[in-house]
Amino acid sequence: MAERVLMKGNEVIGEAAIRAGLTCYFGYPITPQNELTAYMAKHMLAKGRTFIQAESEIAAINMVYGASSAGARAMTSSSSPGISLKQEGISYLVGAQLPAVIVNIVRGGPGLGNISVSQSDYFQSVKGGGHGDYRMVVYAPSNLQEAADLTVKAFDTADAYRNPVLVLGDAILGQMMEPVVFKDIAHRTFDKSWTLGGKRNGRPANLVNSLSLEEGVIENWNWEFRLKYESMKKNELMFETLYCDDADLIIVAFGTTARICKAVVARARAQGLKVGLVRPITVWPFPYKALNDIGRKTGEFLVVEMNLGQMIEDVRLALPDACRIHFHGRPGGGVPEERDIFEIIDHVLVKNKKGAITTRGTFINWEIS
Amino acid sequence: MKKIFGKSRLWLNKPQPYCPGCGHGLVHRIVCELLEEMGLADNCVFMAPVGCSILAYSFLDLDVCQPAHGRTPAAATGVKRARPDTFVVCYQGDGDLAAIGTAEIIHAANRGENFTTIFVNNAVYGMTGGQMAPTTLLGQKTETSPEGRSLSAGMGHPIRVCELLQSLGGVAYLARTSVHTPGNVIKAKKAMKKAFEIQMAGKGFSLVEVLSPCPVNWKLLPQEALAYIENNMIPYYPLGEFKTP
Repeated sequence: MAERVLMKGNEVIGEAAIRAGLTCYFGYPITPQNELTAYMAKHMLAKGRTFIQAESEIAAINMVYGASSAGARAMTSSSSPGISLKQEGISYLVGAQLPAVIVNIVRGGPGLGNISVSQSDYFQSVKGGGHGDYRMVVYAPSNLQEAADLTVKAFDTADAYRNPVLVLGDAILGQMMEPVVFKDIAHRTFDKSWTLGGKRNGRPANLVNSLSLEEGVIENWNWEFRLKYESMKKNELMFETLYCDDADLIIVAFGTTARICKAVVARARAQGLKVGLVRPITVWPFPYKALNDIGRKTGEFLVVEMNLGQMIEDVRLALPDACRIHFHGRPGGGVPEERDIFEIIDHVLVKNKKGAITTRGTFINWEIS
Repeated sequence: MKKIFGKSRLWLNKPQPYCPGCGHGLVHRIVCELLEEMGLADNCVFMAPVGCSILAYSFLDLDVCQPAHGRTPAAATGVKRARPDTFVVCYQGDGDLAAIGTAEIIHAANRGENFTTIFVNNAVYGMTGGQMAPTTLLGQKTETSPEGRSLSAGMGHPIRVCELLQSLGGVAYLARTSVHTPGNVIKAKKAMKKAFEIQMAGKGFSLVEVLSPCPVNWKLLPQEALAYIENNMIPYYPLGEFKTP
């Protein structure tokens, strides 16, 4: 039986990666993910594995590119501004079909923003922050146990598809402490015959590359990559539903925000209000179909995010047109409060939308505009 | 008849991307010959840059990694750290190494990463059609310095890469060579051999700069381009070894 240990989120992700067989970690200091880099400095080197504090986030992601080319399990971590710098590298990883894990402990933006919690990198994470057509699986853990489990899973997903995978955390997840259990890992083996290491033993030369100037080649690659993306959609989708069967209003939230919303759901249920929750665990692939099915039975939805409203666009895309969507958002480091979320439930389910809510960040009957 | 000279078997009979009079062919030849002669080809990873030599993967019979523009030293760091048993050769041009990738080359060199960089300096961005490079000489006309590189116009000084890297602790070997005469080709090969031996011995970062003609973008005849190296480049970029172990 694995032991329960009390650890900080950033360190949990580091330990999980080490247990998943990470051999090369490349980082660069940025708050609020510094404990992760420090954990790697201590534990990767102690285990005789590679740790480099790179000269920049750009260098770190390109070190990942090289290490992954040579067959290593490679990872880099950063926070929002640093992840922006890595976008070119992520696009190259996809283009060259290289597995890698990238961790984003999101902070407030835009610009240098602040070091508080945020979910404002949702678009960047799920819509392709770098250039070119691409997709990658994005895990959005909601607690530290999930952060540990999904980090381990991320490495297998990356290897299975030869594609980068993003673990999308936030400053609260990175900084808080919780008990976690590092479960035994069933280590899978993956075909690494494509990796670089010299064409020894007479094998033909291998190439890691994302370029072709020949007509039609890149178009063909894109169509082949699409098959991988379709397979990811089919096989990697993860989401949680809570009390959706009888709900009059369903909250949609991910990550730390979903955790706050769970407390709101419990409070509502205690008062006899039929509130449910849908929590995407992978924010890409996104549970479009599940939400659509739920939307055929429930008319009122509330999206809560720590941003100006990003995932809500995917929720709108998923739900039948007749569904009404309300929104509560806190950008730039603000954290949604239970009472502000509950106020919306009360307004919709108890007051039948009579009167107005003036709380900043709350939008009743949100519409794409 | 007895065959006394042939091209390296690492150089495949495939279309070449280079213009007439280009120096890349000479530099490729030296690299391929050395990898073959020193028995390194079968554990070599060749790092191709973004630049004229990006298509090296299409005609070199070697494992090739093709990273983003300027990031070759970072990617090579990843390869070599992941697989220390490989022999890693980075092939970079002046725009790739001395402009967009300045940070990466300085820090890889400073960490003493155990790979060898062949730095081809032809004082111009070749692949994109002859723009000003960080190594473009003062007065040299390019697409983006049509009146000649000028200090008064704020275009800065040509960067001397060997001299720049010389002070860094992780650097084991630095040399500047040229391929504008047969004698210099032989000297360039000797310097690269030394650099390769240094990597094999695990002594740290090695770099060989090669002054190389680009007649098309210099708008010179091939012969004139060779003379340009002798008369204009070498006075500013002196040849020789800058650091030895």
